[in-house]
Amino acid sequence: MAMDAHDIERLIKAAIPDARVEIRDLAGDGDHYAATVISESFRGKSRVQQHQMVYAALKGSMGGTLHALALQTTTPDGR
Amino acid sequence: MSIQEFIDKEVKSNDVVLFMKGTPQFPMCGFSGQVVQILDYLGVPYKGLNVLESDDLRQGIKDYSNWPTVPQLYVKGEFVGGCDIVREMFQAGELQDFLKGKGIPAREGAQA
Repeated sequence: MAMDAHDIERLIKAAIPDARVEIRDLAGDGDHYAATVISESFRGKSRVQQHQMVYAALKGSMGGTLHALALQTTTPDGR
Repeated sequence: MSIQEFIDKEVKSNDVVLFMKGTPQFPMCGFSGQVVQILDYLGVPYKGLNVLESDDLRQGIKDYSNWPTVPQLYVKGEFVGGCDIVREMFQAGELQDFLKGKGIPAREGAQA
């Protein structure tokens, strides 16, 4: 089962409106992605909490229809 | 004992626990394998729990941490992260400091 990169970006931006999202399709199979998400809303949060925000935005797709999403999260100034 | 109680007991009674697909000797997934490699490289003693042996465990660990994927690394009862976070911390040298801060022996000067 695969998921379109645009769908991933749309879901993340719906939940985290200021997010800058960059998605790479690692294997070209629509199933293995790497995403960088930059948002002010990550400030002061642990990496686990930041990733949980993105997973929540994906509404259960992660680990289901979305098999592999390597995730990197940061604030605009890299904290 | 419920699966949540079982997980809680494992996480709290072992200093370093890795919930993974496969075993430390035979990882069955590339992401689990990466975390195994990092822990082995650092010489950190840890307990591996294979979620492929039990559907209850596989789902239970996701509920326990509110985290949708495996592997999951726990140190002294605290959820550290999955493969991405562990790798990022390791590459930045943070994982070594974190383990040291928790009193877990890790090899000195080990960097990617």
